[in-house]
Amino acid sequence: MGLVEWAKSPWGEDIPIHISFFLIWVAAIAGLLFLVGHAIWVRYFAKAEVFEGVTPPDVAARIPQRVPRHSLAARLFHWIMAAAMLALLITAFLPKVGIQFPWVTYHWIAGLVLTASILFHIVHASFWLDFRSIWPDKADMEDASRRLKRALGQDAPPPRRFAKYPLENKMYHGVIVLAGLAAILTGVFMMFRVRTGILPRNPYLFGDMTWGLMYVLHGAAGIGLIALVMVHVYFAVRPEKLVITKSMIVGTLDREHYLEHHDPQRWAVDAASSSSERRMTA
Amino acid sequence: MAIIRDIMPAFELFQPASTDDALGLLGRYRKDAWVLAGGLDSFDWLKDRIKRPGVVVDLSQVKELTGVRALNGGLEIGAMTTLTEVVRHPLVREKFSILSTGAEAAASPQIRNQGTIGGNISQDTRCWYYRGGWKCYRAGGNICFADTPTAINREHAILGADRCVAVNPSDTAPALIALDAKMVIRNSRGERVVNAEDYFIGPGTDITRMTILKPGDLLTAIRIPGDWAGTEFYFEKVRDRNVWDFPLINVASAAVFSGGHIERIRIAVNGVAAHPLRLQKVEDAVRGKPRDEATAEMAGKLAIEGAAPLRYNGYKVPLMRNLVKRAIRGVPEATWA
Repeated sequence: MGLVEWAKSPWGEDIPIHISFFLIWVAAIAGLLFLVGHAIWVRYFAKAEVFEGVTPPDVAARIPQRVPRHSLAARLFHWIMAAAMLALLITAFLPKVGIQFPWVTYHWIAGLVLTASILFHIVHASFWLDFRSIWPDKADMEDASRRLKRALGQDAPPPRRFAKYPLENKMYHGVIVLAGLAAILTGVFMMFRVRTGILPRNPYLFGDMTWGLMYVLHGAAGIGLIALVMVHVYFAVRPEKLVITKSMIVGTLDREHYLEHHDPQRWAVDAASSSSERRMTA
Repeated sequence: MAIIRDIMPAFELFQPASTDDALGLLGRYRKDAWVLAGGLDSFDWLKDRIKRPGVVVDLSQVKELTGVRALNGGLEIGAMTTLTEVVRHPLVREKFSILSTGAEAAASPQIRNQGTIGGNISQDTRCWYYRGGWKCYRAGGNICFADTPTAINREHAILGADRCVAVNPSDTAPALIALDAKMVIRNSRGERVVNAEDYFIGPGTDITRMTILKPGDLLTAIRIPGDWAGTEFYFEKVRDRNVWDFPLINVASAAVFSGGHIERIRIAVNGVAAHPLRLQKVEDAVRGKPRDEATAEMAGKLAIEGAAPLRYNGYKVPLMRNLVKRAIRGVPEATWA
């Protein structure tokens, strides 16, 4: 049983046609194992979080009761993207596991919604948010090294408090960017293979091998997203993360959570800010 | 690609003597089992080495699946009843002549002697790209070879295409839909009965199947209620060769007229989509209308709404329109009855 299914093209060439669909179950089981493993680790083995230094009282005094974290536009993007992503996964994979319904039209419409929301996000994050705040920096790497050494029982200073996003968030974002863009780019081209009424149908746009690789990449990205979405939902509902999930709904964080986990020097909050619509700087 | 050979490939053959035994085998072997009725569709697939089941369940010894029986003013026809028996059976001819007409329009006398009504409605599409072994959507691939700019698609779909443009080739299916027949399906968990039009599925729902039958399922009987017994029927099939051929398009209707008006009607066409189409919009539009040229014209136009012909099958649009017109208006000399 291979990872990719192959077929003969009309010219006798071996071409990939799509990934093997048993990988749906592999992704789902891998995601589930991660959740179980993480839950066990947190419950029985994880040590309490310790951070280097304390926030100076004069700085802490300037932090508002509610710390703006996600603008309304960013929150709307997140939930629209989440709805589109869930619709895409449901329409793509339920028919493959035996729940049959006419899925293609719903799938490409959800894909267009996702594409539009991602394009908006790229522009919004580039010009209205601090684009760099979601990408790992040198301090993240140093702190990750400290945390790893301490977790392994080695001698290392405690890590600094986080900037706006912990390294785990940044890494997750990076992976989802890769999987999401791969699915979107291939998906847009795949719309030329079906009748959408939007793009002119042209199955000869690419050669058989290119189309085949495109289907494989689309499927691989989609299957990766199954595990990624499972992990994301898991962290969103973990008790200690609910405050972050709530901030994606209301837009703000508790002051106590901010002071406990975030470094005002790495994520400066405008003390006078009372609106989550303002520019948020790292 | 297709490798036509004179001998059968190796498979394990079971010949159960009862429906329960057959269901037991289908439940045990699931996807690996191939249900063999008359064999007229199956043997092509098997000898061409395109479908390669490990197990073949031959239903020819299951006597309880054969025969036509009167049932509550209607009929129950065993799925293994041959087309010839359906054509000749006095009850069918007397009450539901549209079905005997449709069955008689299928294939040749020799094929009708061997072919069954269950097989006729459950047969796979005749798209030659698919049957030629090309890895198209219907075969689990990612392309429809019949819907490319250079494809030969004269016999393919003008309605309801969703990636695949293959059509259903059954002659009895539209007649059964017009008669509001019910399909009796059994599996190891029990029995369910579905309307004839719901028995067939399009590529949007499952691109690899033509019917709702899943591994383990068996069509055991077709029940025709008495509601349409002895009403006015119309069946017409257009094909390339009148000796024997699959339909380019066929149309079937059952109607009750009162004072020159259409009191109630059921009408279905096949050969235009991946599943036989019941034309419910047409039925609703003509109900209560006079049976005349204007109503027939309106019905014909309504029937082809949304038609999207391919490169070589544009002729099917006026053909379907005219067949529906004739079914409404009635052209006795053109019927097969």
